[in-house]
Amino acid sequence: MRTVRILLLTALLVGLATSALAQSVTLLNVSYDPTREFYREYNAAFQKHWRTQTGQNVTIRQSHGGAGSQARAVIDGLDADVVTLALAYDIDAIHERAGLIPKDWQSRLPNNSSPYTSTIVLLVRKGNPKGIKDWDDLIRPDVQVITPNPKTSGGARWNYLAAWGYALKKYGSDEEAREFVRKILANVPVLDPAARGTTNTFVQRRIGDAFIAWENEALLAIEQLGRGEYEIVVPSVSILAEPPVTVIDRNVDRKGTRQVAEAYLEYLYSPEGQRLAGKHYYRPSDPAIAKEFEAQFPDVKLFTIEDVFGGWQQAQTRHFLDGGEFDKIFDSLRR
Amino acid sequence: MSVTTTTARPAAHPPAAPLPRPRRARRLATEEAPWVRYTLITIALLFLLCFLVLPLAAVFAGAFAQGAGLYLESIREPDALAAIRLTLTVVAISVPANLVFGVAAAWAIAKFEFRGKSFLITLIDLPFAISPVIAGLIFVLLFGAQGWLGPWLGEHNIRIIFAVPGIVLATAFVTFPFVARELIPLMQEQGKDEEESALTLGANGWQTFWRVTLPNVKWGLIYGVILCNARAMGEFGAVAVVSGHIRGITTTMPLHVEILYNEYQFAAAFAVASLLTLLAIVTLVVKSVIEWKTDRRRRRAAH
Repeated sequence: MRTVRILLLTALLVGLATSALAQSVTLLNVSYDPTREFYREYNAAFQKHWRTQTGQNVTIRQSHGGAGSQARAVIDGLDADVVTLALAYDIDAIHERAGLIPKDWQSRLPNNSSPYTSTIVLLVRKGNPKGIKDWDDLIRPDVQVITPNPKTSGGARWNYLAAWGYALKKYGSDEEAREFVRKILANVPVLDPAARGTTNTFVQRRIGDAFIAWENEALLAIEQLGRGEYEIVVPSVSILAEPPVTVIDRNVDRKGTRQVAEAYLEYLYSPEGQRLAGKHYYRPSDPAIAKEFEAQFPDVKLFTIEDVFGGWQQAQTRHFLDGGEFDKIFDSLRR
Repeated sequence: MSVTTTTARPAAHPPAAPLPRPRRARRLATEEAPWVRYTLITIALLFLLCFLVLPLAAVFAGAFAQGAGLYLESIREPDALAAIRLTLTVVAISVPANLVFGVAAAWAIAKFEFRGKSFLITLIDLPFAISPVIAGLIFVLLFGAQGWLGPWLGEHNIRIIFAVPGIVLATAFVTFPFVARELIPLMQEQGKDEEESALTLGANGWQTFWRVTLPNVKWGLIYGVILCNARAMGEFGAVAVVSGHIRGITTTMPLHVEILYNEYQFAAAFAVASLLTLLAIVTLVVKSVIEWKTDRRRRRAAH
């Protein structure tokens, strides 16, 4: 009789303990550099949403850095539940090198798994002293250009491809495009590893005349670091940047967090998630919400990476892998 | 026993130079013209001002740029507290580990002859010679999911990198040589005569170590530990590679400073930086106080 009672008591205690554990759950979102402010606010919103929906407390941990190095960390075992990176190639790498996600990860959520988009613009100093109007002005020898390193930064790869795409449209040949990009890179005094570092180089250390930046990063820099000190120059043509998101299947299945991780990403597409994205200067993918933020985003003629480069795999292989176009250009500059 | 300790003392203080020194100093001073002396002093002071005092002042000025309220807030913020706790934990593990290792290594190298000794010395110097980033990458290669031991660790659900153990390992690796490097020359200079006399007087190995060797190297040891401690608190490169930058979990104080700086929270970044600076200053003060006290006790004993 006594043993039965003890057994029952133990079972009850174990049951209580596990249900207490189920009351809270932790997610790790591994993201790229300029999303810090957006996810801080979005996480709080999702926390509230999840609590009213399920009664469960969710804590969301953030890790930020250059998209390439962040993907590398996930491949090396950083325990991400979701990744929200700057470009699809870096997430492809997580599939290829570590097999943590299926090959078709990008078709699992709407809009190529990109809940918000952005583009690449130019940030210049107040009054635009060098008279910079379009990509062409960046190859002038008197203009210093700030952009991060495409090897580690996703934003920098969008910058590079935007410039290449512009030159290709204007001059029509790969040779001319290469020469154009080479001239821009020749004007770069420091190549920071990630987007946020370049913003600090341009804004805090006051180096450079034109800063090739994410639209959201440029708008944020103006907002946070000096209204009226900087101006945005919208180039005639730019690239449609789609930063995608995905759950890391192997990790969420091991940790038992799949349900909340998937809800976390789906909520990005909800009106509230979309509005927060708009508030932090990302272009919402929901047309109705995008209309609310219309005034904030200049009208730019945008081309996609599929149109001009045949997708990220091809662009990455040709331009950014070891021995690719970027390496060749960089070598020719050092000589 | 008392004989060995009193003779040991001068050797424990490397600056205690032989007698002729004051006379030579006076002669040197009279040789130079006053303007040379003052120019040299001015240069030295300017250098100190530019490279030590100004940056230090800048850190504190930046920290209080937006008032003491924000300063306290940025230090009391949960992520900052977690960073402080993690830094202290890492120091509390890696410094004692390196203390034990450093004493053991220096003892073996200075007091015994064995094959492969110079190889061991080179190994101890290795962490000084290689870049901290490489030090971090070594651990990624060993313990990362794609690394040598990664698959096994994954199966057993053991986390090394992107978790606290990896940060401790990286810090311990980088601060590895400080204690040993400080002790080896000191012990070599002292030789092994005292230990040999202790042994002939009937002390066993353990007694010899505790009552002869250790008291002789006390100052060098404390100095080494302080250097080791300072570097362990401030280490950035190696830790950055193995940390994974998870806020509130795997960010040490230097990494937290970088995150704050990158998030445009400059006053908060400087606030945490000033705290790190204060910790460093406190260690130096503790060192000076101990030094001063022992010095006084020694002088009193000499009377």
